[in-house]
Amino acid sequence: MDTNQYLAIFIDESTEHLNTMSDYMLELEKNPSDKSIIEEIFRAAHTLKGMSATMGYNDMADLTHKLENVFDAIRYDKLSVQVDMMDVLFEVHEQLLAMVEDIASGGTGEQDISHLVNKLDKLEKGAQVDTSSESSAQGEKGNAKVQNERSMSNLDEFELSILNEASERGFSNYEITVQLNEDCLLKAARTFMVFEVLEKHGEIIKSDPPVNDLEEENFDFQFKVLFITKYPKDELKKKLKKISEVSHIIINPFSTKTYKKAQEKLETDNKAIKERNKTDEKSIPNRSGRQVSKTIRVNIERLDILMNLFEELVIDRGRLEQIASELNHQELQETVERMTRVSGDLQNIILTMRMVPIEQVFSRFPRMIRKLSREMEKDIAIDIIGAETELDRTVIDEIGDPLVHLLRNAVDHGIEKPEERRRKGKPEQGTIQLKAYHSGNHVFIEITDDGAGINREKVLKKAIENGIIHESQAHSLKDQEVYELILASGFSTAEVVSDVSGRGVGLDVVRTKIESLGGRVSIDSEQDKGSIFSIQLPLTLSIMSVLLIEIENETYAIPLSSIIETAIIEKKQILSAHHKKVIDFRGNVVPLVFLKDIFNVPKYSDYEEDEYESIVIVKKGDKMAALVVDSFIGQQEIVLKSLGKYLQDVFAISGATILGDGQVALIIDTNALVK
Amino acid sequence: MEYTELEDRKVIVFQLGEEEYVIPVRHVGGIERLHPITRVPGTANYIKGVINLRGVVTPIIDLRTRFGMESIQYNEATRIIIVHVNEIEVGFIVDGANDVIDLPDEAIEPSPDVIGTEVYDYIRGVANLNERLLILLDLEKILTEQDIERTQQISRMEG
Repeated sequence: MDTNQYLAIFIDESTEHLNTMSDYMLELEKNPSDKSIIEEIFRAAHTLKGMSATMGYNDMADLTHKLENVFDAIRYDKLSVQVDMMDVLFEVHEQLLAMVEDIASGGTGEQDISHLVNKLDKLEKGAQVDTSSESSAQGEKGNAKVQNERSMSNLDEFELSILNEASERGFSNYEITVQLNEDCLLKAARTFMVFEVLEKHGEIIKSDPPVNDLEEENFDFQFKVLFITKYPKDELKKKLKKISEVSHIIINPFSTKTYKKAQEKLETDNKAIKERNKTDEKSIPNRSGRQVSKTIRVNIERLDILMNLFEELVIDRGRLEQIASELNHQELQETVERMTRVSGDLQNIILTMRMVPIEQVFSRFPRMIRKLSREMEKDIAIDIIGAETELDRTVIDEIGDPLVHLLRNAVDHGIEKPEERRRKGKPEQGTIQLKAYHSGNHVFIEITDDGAGINREKVLKKAIENGIIHESQAHSLKDQEVYELILASGFSTAEVVSDVSGRGVGLDVVRTKIESLGGRVSIDSEQDKGSIFSIQLPLTLSIMSVLLIEIENETYAIPLSSIIETAIIEKKQILSAHHKKVIDFRGNVVPLVFLKDIFNVPKYSDYEEDEYESIVIVKKGDKMAALVVDSFIGQQEIVLKSLGKYLQDVFAISGATILGDGQVALIIDTNALVK
Repeated sequence: MEYTELEDRKVIVFQLGEEEYVIPVRHVGGIERLHPITRVPGTANYIKGVINLRGVVTPIIDLRTRFGMESIQYNEATRIIIVHVNEIEVGFIVDGANDVIDLPDEAIEPSPDVIGTEVYDYIRGVANLNERLLILLDLEKILTEQDIERTQQISRMEG
C-alpha cells in the first residue's frame, strides 16, 4: 500500500497521541487508582498500535502492542501501578517519540527495541503470575464469606504471605474497623492511641487509609487495620473500647481467601464504574476540557510565505511613504497614510496568526523533570502556569534549548537532596515553577525553584578565580549583579561535575541565545529559599521599530527597545575619565562610543568640525552608553533580515534590513557596545 | 543520473584580470549587474558588504581581493555571480561574465604545481578547451570554514 500520502497525518496524530499518553501517565502517577486515566492511556496506545501497523512501522507496532498489554493488565487490576513500572513506561514512551521523530525525518522508525520489549514482557508476566495464583486460590474450597462491603484492598504479595504464615503458626488475623465519634476533635491522637494499644498485643500489617493519611487526618471517622495477634478478639475489643471518643469497634477474622473474594467483587465493581465512565464520556465528549473553537489547520510554510510577502509590502510601504513626502502631493499622501493604517492592522493579524501557545515547548518538561529528578535522587514537582501564553513561532522554535538548560540547572544546582531539605526544615519535595505571561510588548518566562538559592560569596570567589571580575569590584556589586555573574562565560559553580548540567558549557549559552532573540535574562535569589530566573522576550522577532541614524554616508538602525533617548550635546560637555570620553547624563557618568571608530567608517565628505555631537543613549540592563552618530534620520518599522550563513557573528551587528529605497541597512547590536 | 552529469559539465566562464575561470552552473543562482553594496564593518577585506538581492540580504565577496589580485575600478562589465554552496549564498564580484559552456571531464587536468600563488588553493583543475585556458575553481575552498573563522576573529579583534 502506498502510505506516503498519509505520512503527514500519521506523524501529526502519533505525536498528538504520544503527548496525550505522557500527560495521562504523569497524571496516573499521582492517582494510581484512577481507572478513567488508565482507560485514556490504553486508548492512546491502542490507536497508536493500529496506526503504526497500518503504516508498516513494525517495531513501533510491536512496542505499542506490548505497551497496550501492560495497560490492559492495569485496567483489569492484574497489575498495580508502581514507580518502577512507570519508569519503564516512560522509557517506552521516549522510545516511541524517538521513532516518530525518525519517521518524520524520513527514517523507517526501526530501532533496537528488544530490551524494552523484554521489560514490558516482564511487567506483563508479573501480572500473569498474579492472576494464576489468584485463580488457584479461588479454586480452593473455603467457607469464608465477604464480611464487609468495603474490605481491605491492594494487598501485595509480601503482605499476603505474612498473613498466610501467621495463620499457619496459630496467630489470628483480624480486620479491625474503628469508628470514631463524629465530634472527635483530635482524630490523629485517637488513631495513635488505637495503634498503641494494638501494637502491645500484636502486629499491624496494613492500615486503610495508609498511616500517613491517618496522621494527617485525611480520613472520615472510620479506618481499618489488618492485625495479627494471639489475643482473643473480645479482649481486644474491650481494650480498644476504653479509648475515649471511639464509638464502634468491629473485629472480623480476616483470611486471604476472604481477600480474594473481595477482590473479585471489586473487579465487578470496577466494571460497573467503567460502564458509568463510558456513559459519562458520551455526555461530555471532550474530557480534556479544551475549548473547541472552529479552526483549520494551515501548513506553517504557507504562513511563512504570507509573512515574507507581507515583509515585502512593509518595505514598499516605506518606499511609498518616502515618495509621497518628497512629491508633497496631498491626495497621494492621504492614500499612503490610509494604506499604512490598513497594513498596520494586517500586520497585527498576521503576527497573531503566527503565534503559538508556549505549551508546545512546556509540554515535554514534566517528563524531563521527572526523569532528571529520579536520576539525581531528588524529589521534584513541576508546576506549570500560563502554558497558553502565545509567542511568535520563530521564538518558540528557539526558546526550547535555553529553557531546558535552565531547568536542568534548577534540578541540579537548585533543588537540594531530600535529606538536606529535611534538615533545613523544608518539605522533602522540591518545587520548580515554570510560569509564562505577557506584559506589554514582551513575554516573560520565569523559572522559580524553592531550592538552595545562590551563594553570593561562592559566586564571587569563583568569578574572581576565573578572572571574570576583579577582587576590588567584588564589594561594590549588588546582589543581583553577583547572581548574573553565573551567566558569564567560563563560569560553573557545581562542585561535582554531573551528567545533568555540569558539562562545562555553563549558563552563558543561555544568555547568548536569549540575547540573540532580543531578550534578556535576570536572576534573583535568596539563600535557602530558592532562585528565580526571569527571561524577557520580544513578542515577535521579524518586525521591529528602529531609529535610523547616519554616519558619514552609511545608514544604521538602532532598535527602539534599547534606546533611552537621543540628545545633541556640546563638545565641551565631553569629559575625560581614565582616558575614556564620558558625559554626565542626568547625574550618571555615561561612556561615549564613537561608532565612526568602532565601525571604521570611511570618510565621505569633508564636513566641517561641528561643536555639537548627536548622541543616542542606549541601555543594557542598568548600564548605559552614548553612541555618537552624525545625524538622526527618523523612526521606522523595519523587517529584520539575517546576514546569512556566511556572515555569522559580526561584531555589534545583529542583522540587516532593507530600507524604502531598496538599500540594505545594518542593525546595531547595542548590547555588544555597552560594557 | 545522466542529468546531473550533464549539469556538472555545464560551467559559467568569467573573467578576472587576464584569466578565465569557471564554476559549475548548478552552483550559480544568477548573474547580476552591480547593486549598491552596504559595507559590513569588521569583516575581512575581501567581503565588500551585503546587497539586497530581491529581498534577500546577500554577502558579496570581491574575488580579486580574495585571490590577492590588484583591485580595479568597477565598470560596465563588472558582474556579481550569485553562488550557493552548502546552504551558504554569496555573490562574487568578477570583471565580467563571458559564457556558459559544456566542459567535458576529459578536458580537465589537475592543477599544475608550479603556480604557487595564493590562488593555487582554490583551484580544482585546469582545462584546455580550444586554446582557451580555463581555471576550475573549488567553491567550497573559497568559502572554507577557516575563512569564516578568520572573519569572526577579525570582527572580535576590532571590537
